[in-house]
Amino acid sequence: MDVRSQISMVFHLDKCIGCHTCSVACKNIWTDRKGAEYMWWNNVETKPGTGYPTKWEDQEIYKGGWQKKNGEVSLRGAGKRRGLTNIFYNPNLPVIDDYYEPFTYKYLDLIESPEGEVQPTARPVSLITGEPIDIKMGPNWDDDLSGTPDYGRNDPNLQNLSAAEQEVMFQLEKMAFFYLPRICNHCLNPACVASCPSGAIYKRGEDGVVLINQEVCRAWRMCVTACPYKKSYYNWHTGKSEKCILCFPRLEAGLAPACMHSCVGRIRYLGVLLYDADKIKETVHLDDNQLIDAHRDMILDPFDEEVIRAAKMNGIADSTIHAAQFSPVYKYVKEWKLALPLHAEYRTLPMLFYVPPLLPVMASLKQVDNTEDSKKMNPIAKYWDDNWLYDTSTEELWGSLDQVRFPMKYLANMLSIGDEEKIKDKWKKLMAVRIHRRRVTVGDVSQEKADSVLRDAGLTADQADGIFYLTALAKFEDRFVIPPAHREQAIEMLDFTGDVKGSTGFGIKSKLKRGI
Amino acid sequence: MDALNNFFLIALPYIALALFLVGSIYRYTYKGFQVSSLSSQFLEGRRLFFGSVPFHWGVFFLFFGHLFAFLFPKSVLAWNSIPLRLMILEITAFIFGISMLIGLINHFVRRYTTPRLRSVTNKMDFVIYIVLITQTFFGLWIAYNFRWGSSWFSTLLTPYLYSIFKLEPDISAVALLPWAVKIHIIGAFTIIALIPFSRMIHFLVYPLNYLWRPYQQVRWNWGKTSVRAPRTPWSLHRPKNN
Ligand code: HEM
Ligand code: SF4
Ligand code: SF4
Repeated sequence: MDVRSQISMVFHLDKCIGCHTCSVACKNIWTDRKGAEYMWWNNVETKPGTGYPTKWEDQEIYKGGWQKKNGEVSLRGAGKRRGLTNIFYNPNLPVIDDYYEPFTYKYLDLIESPEGEVQPTARPVSLITGEPIDIKMGPNWDDDLSGTPDYGRNDPNLQNLSAAEQEVMFQLEKMAFFYLPRICNHCLNPACVASCPSGAIYKRGEDGVVLINQEVCRAWRMCVTACPYKKSYYNWHTGKSEKCILCFPRLEAGLAPACMHSCVGRIRYLGVLLYDADKIKETVHLDDNQLIDAHRDMILDPFDEEVIRAAKMNGIADSTIHAAQFSPVYKYVKEWKLALPLHAEYRTLPMLFYVPPLLPVMASLKQVDNTEDSKKMNPIAKYWDDNWLYDTSTEELWGSLDQVRFPMKYLANMLSIGDEEKIKDKWKKLMAVRIHRRRVTVGDVSQEKADSVLRDAGLTADQADGIFYLTALAKFEDRFVIPPAHREQAIEMLDFTGDVKGSTGFGIKSKLKRGI
Repeated sequence: MDALNNFFLIALPYIALALFLVGSIYRYTYKGFQVSSLSSQFLEGRRLFFGSVPFHWGVFFLFFGHLFAFLFPKSVLAWNSIPLRLMILEITAFIFGISMLIGLINHFVRRYTTPRLRSVTNKMDFVIYIVLITQTFFGLWIAYNFRWGSSWFSTLLTPYLYSIFKLEPDISAVALLPWAVKIHIIGAFTIIALIPFSRMIHFLVYPLNYLWRPYQQVRWNWGKTSVRAPRTPWSLHRPKNN
């Protein structure tokens, strides 16, 4: 057992309101620079939709991630042989148009234009060429299902959904969507690290944060291809690749990453997971249907004496072990088995987990006869002429699971490698918590019914209360359990602290000037 | 004439080599952030293929060809002793030269006709394009007009280059060579001098070590286990820090 610790995340999709505050917080801190304008280390996409960059999930196009062929696991579009022979020209590199051409507006024209017949306008100009452009694409161009024929209907997750099932999803009355916020997953088997010919990318041992050393990156641009989540970005100005750094300077100071700290929906949880690094190799070689469970099995119980001993032997600090015991991520992923990794089939072992959304997915739509009600209405008033009932009642509980507004297959393609049972299991749990809490707070559900529902979902009343607390009430310190980073020890081991007093911890001291 | 020869065939090589050595080491050690291939594929991903691929494979072969002739002149002469083999070598090299020239011209045209690339193009790019195109052109010119270069390189130029490296420069033979060859020699040292001052520095950091390193890399800020063993002095476990 090789115990390591990882700062890991859970995003609760039911709570995301799609406000993009997280993206903006991140942009303002990290990517508001030339060459990085188009980068959204944190982005929020509407699902169904094609996402950012367009259709990133379609690995037939982007060739990201690992693939298993004849028992061997290899990088799909990079690796030693491909990386070194395609180094002069990378046939699988996305280009700026797959994201969007960054732009601004000539705002000054509004103020400085001379008096004239017509109102001045602020024309959009490209941030690359400085020339006026027609904006064809932007961040979240397809927000809230806008332009759905071009975007929503091209979602790669619709694969192996029948035409009828797809049609149902896009019927106006049945239309539903949810948001998918994404950051780098700080994977355990990161494709970006493996693909970098210079060895500029590495995973930090202490907290698992995956970083690109800007001094060593040589723009061989293989990580951009290799990351199946397209979370490694090429800075076209500096000639260096960049990615989410999980706000490590903030983490080291005990602060939550900016996206998480600012999250309006409070959907984000961050905490330590202890895992067994010896199992990485075995796990990534498993078949698709075993992958997700094995991934969860790598996570170790931080209360287990044996694990604690092994963790200490490996130099994991007591404070980190302590944090692991209070980790909200551990609860969601391992204890309650409520959260799933995104596209685990890419085999990077992502360490960001998602609680699948229940609403608006679960509400059912029934055809009812509204004619009687319509007659009662004032004829001058617009009257109710359709016969649909949007139904979120919990009576027909498990029955309604199969009639959800979203085919379960769709979510399964995204979060459980096509296994619908896994999604069903999570939905049952989420629903059971609601019914249980309704019994506690409103009291119109009988004890027997609530108990039977909990039993069916495999939860105890205590667990249901725990899920409820962490989902609905959790305070800042419950959502973010961040252990001290013990940077002081690292510094002591490098230099005498006296020598570096006042100068460590400030990172790069030279200017990030583009080479010639 | 002597003064010119002395300058271009003796002084320039030493200046170039000094600039190359000091400049590259300095830039690599102190300006790591500025060592990059500065790929522009992200802004223009189609035409690059027709520039980069023929150019780099051409450069790759010719660079090692010249290096080989410099290091093992006798093997080249032995190989060339059979005319057919000489022809094979000369024709292959010529084809790679053409490939390099075509690649360079495609690069050049692409860079100056794509609006998006203007913001990632600097004056030095123009300089190295001109120098490289000139150099390749003269290389082909010499190969065509003064046959067979692979043989006389080994008998004429290799001794001259050795004399430079032995710090006993002897230009008596090369001074008599045609002006086209002299331009090629001057061009070569100009390129060497420009390496640390241009994007050409990227070929010095060719990631060969990727071949034998493990795919995954985990770095620890401190010795993973030694941190818990209070009796080991910290100086024994200097971590690989970033
Ligand atoms: C084996 C070593 C080499 C490697 C791995 C290499 C790799 C690269 C890469 C990745 C690019 C960027 C292409 C892009 O825009 O995406 C590039 C561009 C370039 N390389 Fe190399 N290169 C090597 C050797 C050389 C040599 C020896 C020279 C010149 C003597 C050279 C001259 C150039 C030039 C001029 C460009 C710029 C092309 C442009 O975008 O206009 N390279 N190289
Ligand atoms: S999500 Fe992509 S960039 Fe992040 S660690 Fe995984 S492979 Fe690397
Ligand atoms: S800030 Fe939170 S709620 Fe808002 S979009 Fe981001 S993840 Fe969703």
